[in-house]
Amino acid sequence: MSENVSAFFYLIASICFILALRGLSSPQTARAGNIYGIAGMVIAVVTTLLTPQVVSFWLIILGIVIGGAVGTFIALRIQMTALPQLVAAFHSLVGLAAVCVAAAAFSYPESYGIGTRGAIHPSSLVEMALGMTIGAVTFTGSVVAFAKLQGLVTGRPLVFPGQHLINAALAVLLVLLIALFVSTEGAPVFVLLLLMSLALGFLLIVPIGGADMPVVISMLNSYSGWAAAGIGFTLSNSLLIITGALVGSSGAILSYIMCRGMNRSIFNVILGGFGTEGGALAPGAGVGDRSVKSGSAEDAAFILKNAGSVIVVPGYGMAVAQAQHALREMADLLKKDGIRVRYAIHPVAGRMPGHMNVLLAEANVPYDEVFELDEINRDFASTDVAFVIGANDVTNPAAKTDPSSPIYGMPILDVERAKTVLFVKRSMASGYAGVENELFYRDNTMMLFGDAKKMCEEIVKALE
Amino acid sequence: MAEPASLAERAGELAGDAGALAHNLELLARQLATVPATPAAVVGTPFVYELTVFVLAVFVGYHVVWRVTPALHSPLMSVTNAISSVIIVGALIAAGPVGVSFAKIMGFVAVALAAVNIFGGFIVTQRMLEMFQKKR
Repeated sequence: MSENVSAFFYLIASICFILALRGLSSPQTARAGNIYGIAGMVIAVVTTLLTPQVVSFWLIILGIVIGGAVGTFIALRIQMTALPQLVAAFHSLVGLAAVCVAAAAFSYPESYGIGTRGAIHPSSLVEMALGMTIGAVTFTGSVVAFAKLQGLVTGRPLVFPGQHLINAALAVLLVLLIALFVSTEGAPVFVLLLLMSLALGFLLIVPIGGADMPVVISMLNSYSGWAAAGIGFTLSNSLLIITGALVGSSGAILSYIMCRGMNRSIFNVILGGFGTEGGALAPGAGVGDRSVKSGSAEDAAFILKNAGSVIVVPGYGMAVAQAQHALREMADLLKKDGIRVRYAIHPVAGRMPGHMNVLLAEANVPYDEVFELDEINRDFASTDVAFVIGANDVTNPAAKTDPSSPIYGMPILDVERAKTVLFVKRSMASGYAGVENELFYRDNTMMLFGDAKKMCEEIVKALE
Repeated sequence: MAEPASLAERAGELAGDAGALAHNLELLARQLATVPATPAAVVGTPFVYELTVFVLAVFVGYHVVWRVTPALHSPLMSVTNAISSVIIVGALIAAGPVGVSFAKIMGFVAVALAAVNIFGGFIVTQRMLEMFQKKR
């Protein structure tokens, strides 16, 4: 296949990828979008296999069979609640693949027509170094994010003195190493650059806490795109450049949306350490003289049964307890009694963008009952019961009233406006931000202490 | 009643976006024109051309992704994850030559890693989207 013909097919593949993203603008078109994505990938791979440089196929077939089998197996087995760590793990693979391709291009540049060993074009060297650096940062960063999400290490931010200074020094060192690499083209410099990039990725994500993971995952998503684009520049491959740019901007937009959902700047999140002091607050601390009204599943069932409308506010706790199916059963019973049930999703609920929507969809909740913060926030005032399950900080009125609060300014769901607030929670422990939620002490709030799934099941029993 | 209005609004938005894109394209084309025609041997790779493609793709990505409904942000992540594995294209070329070399081994590893991602990413996305499908 001549270069022009393959460039043409790469263009078609690029358009397929754009259509794949375009399809996600609504649930009706999304599946067609995914098919476009798969088609684009097939076109890209077949086109590459037909280029004259590719003459030996056995290793390629072996790689695709092994990788494909592993990927298929994981994707079919994974639980939807484990989705964030799966995505983090996949990001790390893209990063590592970028590093491998950069290493291959460095050791055998002739395949890509970017010069000969020891005499690679300077601009290709810069692009190669950038692609490799970003890929390596994505790799170790994603591995750390995976470990935190999977619970292999604590989700608490890990901070130590001089952290930011070390990171800054490392970044400067990386720039110097890239310059040195471009001028000397030495293999030892390449290896050193790789090691430093790996270290930087690790150090960047370590100080960021569990509930900031939606931002981290989006950011790593973005990085994996930029790494692909960097490799695309190195190889002068427009398909890789276009795809990398699409993915990079997608991740960047998601990071921005997540940051806005917490009213924090991206720098604030990256610098990390959020929720360190307060996060350690002991359960029950600060209860003091104020009293909390707690109720049983039967009480909750009674209140729900007598309501005309209910808004459910799910959070990470629902995901941890796998309560989505029991919750939907409860909602079905209420709907049978003519009660209007809707769901309100905060942008940063869960551990990745859109996490709650997927879990509710998994439990067969119709998507037209699920609303975003802006769409539903006004309706709390005219709602009888707000049923908060596994969420905390995103409902805390301190975000509006207390300028000294760490979450001040964060957009929240106005559950306190509902006539009654039911809070399903395991204990009185404060949320991730380490801020106490004064809602717990209000007269119209009833706490339902217990595991989210068990509580829903008990309410279902009581309703029947 | 709301629908024609929102449609008109979207059409307006689209037109605005197209205008912005066209403007950008024009600027880039002009920049491109002002670049002196240096012999290819000196430039090596047509960097400005690649940069043009890159910047335009960022714009396309920006406009497409803002239209993605927030409910589908998780599938967006997994599908972008899958398509970023198009890096396999570079890996295939590395793994393609005859004989065994360091580059070929690296290419093989990268092909396998990217394949995990391609299959895994698209299948997980499909699983998620099917959940959003079976409704009513």
